[in-house]
Amino acid sequence: MTDHRFVRESQEPKKQIILLSLFAAAVFFLLLTRLWYLQIVKAENFQNLSENNRLRLVPVAASRGTIFDRNGKVLVSNRPSFSVAMIPQEVRDRETFFSRLAQYLNIDRQELVDKWEKGKGRARYYPVVLASDITRDQMELLEEKRLWLPGLEVEMKPIREYEDGMLASHLLGYIGEISDDELKNPAYNGYNLGDYVGKSGIERSWENILRGKDGGRQIEVDARGRVLRTISETPPVVGSSLVLTIDTDLQKRAEQSFGEQAGAAVAMDVNSGEILAFVSNPGFDPALFAGRMPPDKWKSYLEDKRHPLENKALKGQYPPGSTFKVITALAGLGEGLIDERSTVVCTGSYTLGKNTFRCWDKKGHGAVNLKRALKQSCDVYFYQLGERLGIDRIAAYARKFDLGAPMGVGLENEKGGNIPTSEWKLKKYGRSWYQGDTLPAAIGQGYVLMTPIQLASMIATVANDGTVYRPHLVKRIIDQDGKVLQEFKPEIIARTGISQRDFELVKQGLFAVVNEPGGTGAMARLYEVKVAGKTGTSQVVKMRDNRGSIPYQYRDHALFVAFAPYDKPEIAVAVVIEHGEHGGAAAAPIAGNILRAYFEGKGVLRKPVKAPAATDDGEQSDSAAPQAGDAATNNNQGQE
Amino acid sequence: MIDRRLITNFDWTLLALVLAACALGVVNIYSASASYAPAGTPFYIKQLYWILVGLLLIVVVCSLDYHLFEDVAYWLYGILCLLLVVVLVVGKTSMGATRWLHLGFFSIQPSEPMKIVAIMTLARFFTNYATVGGLTLKDLLYPVLFLGAPALLIMKQPDLGTAILVILIAGSMMAYLGIRLSALVTCVLAAIPAVYISWSYYLRDYQKNRILDFLDPERDPLGSGYHIIQSKIAVGSGGVLGKGFMRGTQSQLRFLPEQHTDFAFSVFAEEWGFIGCLLLLVLYLLIILWGLHIARRCNDRFGSLMAVGVTAMLFWHIVINIGMVIGIFPVVGVPLPLFSYGGTSMITSMIGIGILLNISMRRFMF
Repeated sequence: MTDHRFVRESQEPKKQIILLSLFAAAVFFLLLTRLWYLQIVKAENFQNLSENNRLRLVPVAASRGTIFDRNGKVLVSNRPSFSVAMIPQEVRDRETFFSRLAQYLNIDRQELVDKWEKGKGRARYYPVVLASDITRDQMELLEEKRLWLPGLEVEMKPIREYEDGMLASHLLGYIGEISDDELKNPAYNGYNLGDYVGKSGIERSWENILRGKDGGRQIEVDARGRVLRTISETPPVVGSSLVLTIDTDLQKRAEQSFGEQAGAAVAMDVNSGEILAFVSNPGFDPALFAGRMPPDKWKSYLEDKRHPLENKALKGQYPPGSTFKVITALAGLGEGLIDERSTVVCTGSYTLGKNTFRCWDKKGHGAVNLKRALKQSCDVYFYQLGERLGIDRIAAYARKFDLGAPMGVGLENEKGGNIPTSEWKLKKYGRSWYQGDTLPAAIGQGYVLMTPIQLASMIATVANDGTVYRPHLVKRIIDQDGKVLQEFKPEIIARTGISQRDFELVKQGLFAVVNEPGGTGAMARLYEVKVAGKTGTSQVVKMRDNRGSIPYQYRDHALFVAFAPYDKPEIAVAVVIEHGEHGGAAAAPIAGNILRAYFEGKGVLRKPVKAPAATDDGEQSDSAAPQAGDAATNNNQGQE
Repeated sequence: MIDRRLITNFDWTLLALVLAACALGVVNIYSASASYAPAGTPFYIKQLYWILVGLLLIVVVCSLDYHLFEDVAYWLYGILCLLLVVVLVVGKTSMGATRWLHLGFFSIQPSEPMKIVAIMTLARFFTNYATVGGLTLKDLLYPVLFLGAPALLIMKQPDLGTAILVILIAGSMMAYLGIRLSALVTCVLAAIPAVYISWSYYLRDYQKNRILDFLDPERDPLGSGYHIIQSKIAVGSGGVLGKGFMRGTQSQLRFLPEQHTDFAFSVFAEEWGFIGCLLLLVLYLLIILWGLHIARRCNDRFGSLMAVGVTAMLFWHIVINIGMVIGIFPVVGVPLPLFSYGGTSMITSMIGIGILLNISMRRFMF
């Protein structure tokens, strides 16, 4: 320690203490003067304001931004609605108030009480919304009875309107009243109880853009709650609008072609990553979420085995099945292990150590080269190629396509799928990678998982010879007057660096899949436009036989990825039909339909006059029991 | 360590004044939060717990010789500056501001202890820095650098209130040492561009808005402008004698979301009127004068500097809070010490009081 003894070099600090004391006293005196002014000189004034008249705050809700499709068609807009609120400080007899209101609105009294209790702990001048979106008749009745309901307020609020009902419901999402958890979350700073926020899809992920800023009026009211004058007013600010990359017509046709089947489809512009259609089927009615959801409807959503509330295009992670052979093939070519002449003899199965891996076609494909292997989706060819490549080299090629992580479409909670590596397995399961794991991975089974978005991006990247664009859903943000606030340009997130020659060879195979006799994807064929694609079937559970009697939830998923036109690709499509069993039979026709709709929209194809028929000339009979492969059908089915 | 003389010299006057302020605070919180129905322990009970914790801290602080603070001042300063940087990098954002650092089971907010540590640091610095005839501009340079860094870091969080407090406390301590007129004039001139830079680069929009709202309350009638108008109505409608305990219509109607914390005084003013306010202000003035008195009596430079610093901390908290509630300062979120609800504020104030008591009871040790 240093010497602390105070060296009194002068008496200065003592003098300073007196000065500081005087200063403090003077400041306190100043505060007192002000209190004197407020509490004695102006007291009467303020007492009038506080006792006879009250300042009241009337919030004025802002409209959310509109959501447009790429052609400027309105997808989501607003309509005025009336909601009923109470101002707690002005309700004298709460019991009668609730009883009367419940009677007039024909709503359960408890429901009103619950709403009010949620609003406890807030300023008592602040309106608590008790019922939203009442009918015009109800509103008129309330206006009539207003005198018997002091403290009641009917507010005009804009409410969401979904122009096409359930169209693109998963993409657009829905809004709902802010939850308690959200209110506690600092990200929702500035929100109030009873506010509406985006809960899923675009509505949620772009909440900050779409949400405007609420305004309000400060009014002076008398003791009976009558408005005396408006003291000041802050007008609400309308939220910004979004222009999506979606094409409404294409979206509609895509959704229609699913019918009752569950699944997802993503259509993408090959040269920009713009998502043209984004389907997750079945959908739901977003309007029900903003108002009062009928309980039976809610129950039916929850109990539907097809999970209508799940966004399958964004969060569905499926083994890509044989569609993944595209990656394995490119890896084989890139690593110089195969060329177009390399052949493998398929006997229907392949034995590695103690395990036998079967080809979906038990009869075997005989001698197959790359093109035939793709066209007929021969598993044995890719088992052998996979064995020679090893998992890490396959994974490296998948990574070049930016697979294995969310692609950043601009929606929250996008899933990333999974591209396994030996390191990954060690970390996750504590066991080393076996060759026996590689073989299923080479044909897109086992640990490999991809989302429909990734499937579409993968095939789009093949189509454009190796540029990975970020798949995106929002083209631009505009303000109320249509002025562009932000434009989202195509963003290249990766270049595969794979040679054009290798892409060419794979694409020839994909063309054969759809167009040559024996190809598994014949049902996606369009005669006017050249389509290339790849089927896939992804195992849900390992099962041997009894295909016909397998319960729905254990049936295989059917997949199809495609792009067109073959020579100058514009659009890529990925379709997953959950439990649809065969990629060629279930998914390919839907992909074909989406492509047809796209080219009809461009005027390349003429719209069908009557029931369209994309029939094919049967090449191959349906296989009896493909274990992990594809099947094509030769039924002359009409589509749509 | 505990000397008999320490007990006999214990400063019961200061403790009594402090407990009186705390008691008024609890009564007021009881009234202010009466119309709330929070789940769990009521606010006034929680406040009693915090007062108990504060008293324990006073015992702890008093049992140490305050000269220990002189030895550790720079270390504490270094650690806290580091924590402030860490908070900005990894801190948890709450209500748009990053002030909290979560260390597993508990959270700390380094800007609060910084007020006390800034006092120690400056006191330590000036202890061995003899000047004659007041501080010159050169003498001011080091302390400005010392405090500029944490003040900017706190402002960046953004916690404008605390940053301003740190600056005011430092200013008061230097005023105590005496500043030459020439240095003072230069400082005021230098403050103009500093304020301009803060306004342009450091203040968040909401902070600027609060200041603009203060200048023109009608500007944002829904936001802080609303607080100011309503607070003024509450205070003014109290009149001479007030509306009586639990009778404040403005506050019982809960027009202010923070009426038991930052706006506690406006509830008090409405219910107890001008007479109540006068009493409370006199009580506070006595605490301040007593603090300065302790500084004057203390025979070592470090001690008296610390006493001035702690007193200044209490003083500016009181002035800014009351000034804000009665509409002569912008709303900056500064609680009224010993009175507003809140653990953080109570702990900081009580540690400060502990330091004052410590210095007061050891005045005969030399």
